[in-house]
Amino acid sequence: MLTRRHLITAGAGLALGGSGLALNSRTAAAAIDLPAALPQGTRNNAILDALPGKKPLIKLSYRPPNYETPIEYFRTAITPTDAFFVRYHLSNIPEVDVRTWKISVGGEGANGEAAFTLDDLKRFPAAELVAVNLCSGNRRGLFQPHVPGVEWGYGAMGCARWKGARLKDLLDKVGLKKEAIEIVFDGADSGVIDKTPDFIKSIPTWKAIEETTLIAYEMNGAPLPHLHGFPARLILPGWTGTYWMKHLTSIKAVTKPDAGYWMNPAYRIPLGRFPLVARFTSQETATNTPLTEIVVNSLITTPIDGANVRMGPITIGGIAWDGGYGISTVEVSSDRGRTWAAANLGEDLGRFAFRTFSYTLSPKVRGKQTVTARATNKIGQTQTSELIHNPSGYNHNVVHSVTFNLA
Amino acid sequence: MRALIIVMAACAIPFVAAAQEKPVELKKAPGLDTVEANCSGCHSLDYIVMNSPFPNAALWDAEVTKMIKAFGAPISDADAKVIADYLKHNYGS
Repeated sequence: MLTRRHLITAGAGLALGGSGLALNSRTAAAAIDLPAALPQGTRNNAILDALPGKKPLIKLSYRPPNYETPIEYFRTAITPTDAFFVRYHLSNIPEVDVRTWKISVGGEGANGEAAFTLDDLKRFPAAELVAVNLCSGNRRGLFQPHVPGVEWGYGAMGCARWKGARLKDLLDKVGLKKEAIEIVFDGADSGVIDKTPDFIKSIPTWKAIEETTLIAYEMNGAPLPHLHGFPARLILPGWTGTYWMKHLTSIKAVTKPDAGYWMNPAYRIPLGRFPLVARFTSQETATNTPLTEIVVNSLITTPIDGANVRMGPITIGGIAWDGGYGISTVEVSSDRGRTWAAANLGEDLGRFAFRTFSYTLSPKVRGKQTVTARATNKIGQTQTSELIHNPSGYNHNVVHSVTFNLA
Repeated sequence: MRALIIVMAACAIPFVAAAQEKPVELKKAPGLDTVEANCSGCHSLDYIVMNSPFPNAALWDAEVTKMIKAFGAPISDADAKVIADYLKHNYGS
């Protein structure tokens, strides 16, 4: 019998390409192969849907728009812009008029203030880097027991080449007081009603002035699209996406920790549960801390879970990434973790980028075969075999397995 | 003043993608009108379906409270109870 899953696997490339738009309807729910571990409501609710200028992505919510990238687009280290995931917290998302737009820079932790137009930003020395933007809650939907929130599968992430000005160059124009402990960012988006806390985030000053922290105006060689933060957004390589403020309007240095909703209680993890190096001490409490670095992780992108594969040598492909220490090894197991073999690593686009990997498996028997991938970074951090559960569903980096049928 | 001008300019054009939003049809049951009237102004109702059916009664209560207390939703106590009951009966565990 030809099941839905088999049809999808066979036609995955096609469904995401030219015929994808035909799936942009309420019946499209039947055409997405979502992980079985997601909440049943998520599996019933998600459809392939195309936002303006985007390929059909997996729509989890229309408003604010939360759309994840299907796994098929993660077979390259750079994620195509039109397939890049979309994530917003609040529903009032104005299209910025660049003729009147400026970023104001100042705050009580700065010596002065300034405002920069897009042309001003482009006059600073340009910096370019490849970095992963990964939602802190990526794979939240796979948590057991489930936790509430946007029930992401594997695709709330992407890797792009970003170009922009260094944040430290902007801050140098106004000068930081030595007491400035955090830099606070606001964007043009907001809630529908005044009482909804505006989406505002802060980062430690030490992180803000790193060479790799950018105010980007280009993504993959083109101006930032609206849904990715036009005209300019924060790029914070190695740290989770919550800080990567889109449609930037304000950058403020402060001498006291930002006390807004989106810094506390939102986006918190229990203190000491994750093996993270980078700390955000001005925001730590006795029990929890804001998210910081991306945890080391990997994803198998070939074959797709549930695929039918012809018997014979088969390429296991995927991507690995971490918080900027760099991937040292990816190992593959075909016996559910008893033994592991090193995969070949693909091109190195920098320590913040997706690193592709491939491994040739030579199976001996037909039937169901499960393979698992495990990445390790250059400081020895590796993925977990058991979920580190936390109340808001962050930092899921359990080893990924796929099961396919050898026929 | 400059900040004010920037804010006004930024708000001049609404988010176009909302135009393609399709109606999310929730289960027809007592309380649905109250849910639609109070919740859909700030977010599409697929948030409810997506977060189901795992929430128990306490979790749905907490979510409704969060919308009011943390996000400032202007929902009366009476409507909050109708909404929570609807969610528990139709999208809860």
